[in-house]
Amino acid sequence: MTEPPITYELILKHNLTAEEYHRIKQILGREPTYTELGIFSVMWSEHCSYKNTKPLLKTFPTRSERILVGAGEENAGIIDIGDGLAIAFKIESHNHPSAVEPFQGAATGVGGIIRDVFTMGARPVCAMDSLRFGELEEPEVRRLFSGVVAGIAHYGNCFGIPTLAGEVCFDKSYEGNPLVNVFCLGVLRHDQIARGRACGIGNPVFYVGPATGRDGLAGAAFASQDLTEESADQQRGAVQVGDPFMEKLVCEACLELLATGAVAGIQDMGAAGLTCSTCETAARAGTGIEIELSQVPQRAPHMTPYEIMLSESQERMLIIVLKGREAEVKRIFDKWDLPWSEIGCVTDTGRMVVKHHGQVVADIPANQIANESPVYQRQAEEPTYLTAVRQFSLASLPDTQFPTGHLKALLSRPSIASKNWVYRQYDHMVRDGTVVCPGSDAAVLRIKADALPAPPGNHAPEFPEKFLALTVDGNATYVYLDPYEGGKTVVAEAARNLACAGAVPLGISDNLNFGNPHNPQIFWQLKESVRGLAEACRVFHAPVTGGNVSLYNQSPYGAIDPTPTVAMVGLIDRPEHITTQWFKDEGDVIILLGDLLDANDPLLGLGGSAYLQHVHNLKTGVPPRCDLPKEKATHDALLALIRAGLVKSAHDCSEGGLAVALAESCISRQIARGTPRLVGAQVELPTVRTARRDALLFGETQGRIVISVAPANTAKVLEQAQAAGVTATRLGTVGGEDLEIRVGEGKLAWGLSELRDAWWNSIVRKMR
Amino acid sequence: MNFAVLQFPASNCDQDAVHVLRNVLGHSARLLWHKETSLGDADAVIVPGGFSYGDYLRTGAIARFSPVMQAVCAFAEQGGLVLGICNGFQILCEAGLLPGALVRNRSLQFRCEHVHLKTVTTASPFTSQAPPRQLLRIPIAHGEGCYFADPETIAALKAGNQILWQYVTAQGEPTPAANPNGSLENIAGVCNARRNVAGLMPHPERASEETLGSADGRLIFQSMLHALQHRAGAMVA
Repeated sequence: MTEPPITYELILKHNLTAEEYHRIKQILGREPTYTELGIFSVMWSEHCSYKNTKPLLKTFPTRSERILVGAGEENAGIIDIGDGLAIAFKIESHNHPSAVEPFQGAATGVGGIIRDVFTMGARPVCAMDSLRFGELEEPEVRRLFSGVVAGIAHYGNCFGIPTLAGEVCFDKSYEGNPLVNVFCLGVLRHDQIARGRACGIGNPVFYVGPATGRDGLAGAAFASQDLTEESADQQRGAVQVGDPFMEKLVCEACLELLATGAVAGIQDMGAAGLTCSTCETAARAGTGIEIELSQVPQRAPHMTPYEIMLSESQERMLIIVLKGREAEVKRIFDKWDLPWSEIGCVTDTGRMVVKHHGQVVADIPANQIANESPVYQRQAEEPTYLTAVRQFSLASLPDTQFPTGHLKALLSRPSIASKNWVYRQYDHMVRDGTVVCPGSDAAVLRIKADALPAPPGNHAPEFPEKFLALTVDGNATYVYLDPYEGGKTVVAEAARNLACAGAVPLGISDNLNFGNPHNPQIFWQLKESVRGLAEACRVFHAPVTGGNVSLYNQSPYGAIDPTPTVAMVGLIDRPEHITTQWFKDEGDVIILLGDLLDANDPLLGLGGSAYLQHVHNLKTGVPPRCDLPKEKATHDALLALIRAGLVKSAHDCSEGGLAVALAESCISRQIARGTPRLVGAQVELPTVRTARRDALLFGETQGRIVISVAPANTAKVLEQAQAAGVTATRLGTVGGEDLEIRVGEGKLAWGLSELRDAWWNSIVRKMR
Repeated sequence: MNFAVLQFPASNCDQDAVHVLRNVLGHSARLLWHKETSLGDADAVIVPGGFSYGDYLRTGAIARFSPVMQAVCAFAEQGGLVLGICNGFQILCEAGLLPGALVRNRSLQFRCEHVHLKTVTTASPFTSQAPPRQLLRIPIAHGEGCYFADPETIAALKAGNQILWQYVTAQGEPTPAANPNGSLENIAGVCNARRNVAGLMPHPERASEETLGSADGRLIFQSMLHALQHRAGAMVA
């Protein structure tokens, strides 16, 4: 069959530059075939090659004594959790597909990240998501929100893992460009780690999973360009369609196959499908790979080599099997009624050779295409909007006259309000492991024997149950207003959420969501936020195990706010340390850990705050500073108090400040459907540095945690905190029918039911 | 006692049922693959939750044709104890072992949350050990949990005292607000006329350990054990 001739237009259409095309010719020593052009275009897209961000990503800390597989080595990083066990986890984006087809875009995002975990040999045991949309008043936004949540629910629930934590934010900057970042974590023993390597010359290469179709064609390239009306229309065909039932079967079959020891290497077919999995596995092993496309199961007639290689049909895996052990694949995949096909073998040529009915349609050096993609040092330029941001002062902002109303308003803001509308659609309890469900600062997951890949009863060594805490966080407003401080804050907030659950951070997976990197101001945002993220990761001893970069989040409406999101996983020593955010008993004493206000912050914590945005409609001001050593000391002090059995509840202060944190501690506990447990509080805020009520109530000074303790332990807790160098202030007591806050001369009071209704039902009402 | 927990392609809650029976209650429990034709020495059968066959066609519609279901029907015919949980309840209705059907939640959305259940009658091998006034706090997680049957069937269920559990408020009232899916009469679970087969949409295997927030679900398994031990005792005598 004849392939289209390569023209300049065709090269551009493939998102390749003239220089990149020249490079391709140099590597091949000739002009590429049409199929080869397609292969290079996906492998060298931003999504697959990180060509615009590699130099920045190298600045992340990626090592610790617990790291077993580090960032960049394989499809997901792996961290030791003790007793011979380990966890594999990663976060990834599916932003562009979700903008075009929210249900399938989000669903296949979940499918992809689950595969990245079980391809490492780990059993997927939980998921999280970080979602961002425009303002809920817009019907189009509600449509996207609804579709994305339904898609994630559909895939995760049917596959059978709990989606047990996440975050959802709403901001105008995401209109037209929603962000869908999805995370998965799996468990395995150290000796079960699988690699994506085409090892062993002569080993057969198998394709397992459903047949290949034309869906998702060149999805990786689509993800690597700005989203416009035109591109969306053209690329509707690029949105993949997922089948979670199929994925569940493929996952079980792969884990069963891995247990036989017959697998030399395994990789999922995700972005760039067959293309990526073949050249990457060959490149990692330093071998070559040869496949015959007529052996690839196809569900559409007359598929061309180009289509077969670039298809992103879901739920497919590439498995390199030890020669002589082919029968295992057949036995296991037949048992699960799954298609499989032997499509090629590992060679010693170092080249990826693709044949179609015996004819060579692609012949590319594997290492060069996988590891020698172009790398660009983009220009960075500090954006001009920062001048005005830095000039903002409180002199132009009168103090609040209606603090009572403002707290209710903030609690109703969709970004702050309860997300139960979302998580009640997720099965967050399947697998009998969710100890702390969505609704607290971090979720807590119990790891028991059946979390391991091999089914129990295989005489696996027993191990003490493990407890992980998980959170995913971001603060795009802070990053927009000060990328470096904002980057630090995002990591610090994640660590703070883990500390509030009683956990020590183990590691991080990051998802960098930014606009067009060719814009120097946007690249500066990227560069500076990575600088902040990296520094904070070092301070919290939380290496980056892997992650994802999503660029070109730019629509006709403009670029999104720079949005690095961070998924952090921590380990809780003992189940007795598991802590939740809601106040427990009447009479308990409320203490604030951390400074009420930052002495060096002229904006008193109001810069970039939710209060400033939602009450004054201003997205400006230097955000609160993130003092990393102080933040770490506070977390350490909290953990020591928790371990001493002294803390009954812990909740960090973030969006909306102290008043929101106190309110949430009173109203967020849910016993069952229609059955909250509300408990009041009487609090007094010292007006030492300022009498401004807006700052004291709603300022977002960093590094603060609200805890409650049994009255008898008050003195001990205050002493212990102070001995650790952490400011601790007694704020008040738990109890009563209201939330009462004395600030200055006045006393503010809110009925709990009213606050609860505003907070719990806000999104439910908007989505009716 | 030996429990057989059925495993269909994409059953997701099979491991959870085994975990509770084996590790929490200390009994023998094994997974039984859908292609098996014999239940072996099982004293009772659990048909677990999940998305068997991806809910293709209708939830439970395909599973009920599995070879193992024929063995389950024969077992039930002999009076063996069978409990269907969530998707398991759907499968038992499709297989004709229980009356009625489960259709899409009225909200048209998947719903996962803790609910309060009232044990409507303790006169069954699935409810005998539940203190009659104690509400059970157990989670649901389903998209098709709305129990439906025609008026004659509902009347028969009531007459036969076959409604075992209802969704209620924290005060024990079966109100519309307490109903998470639109089920007629707030029905959360029923048994057959012979009282040896039962199904419920909530997940007792997720509420069998204090660590997970509630151990009320254990009472259902303990009722089954009580009935089995009673029978074993009767046989020996």
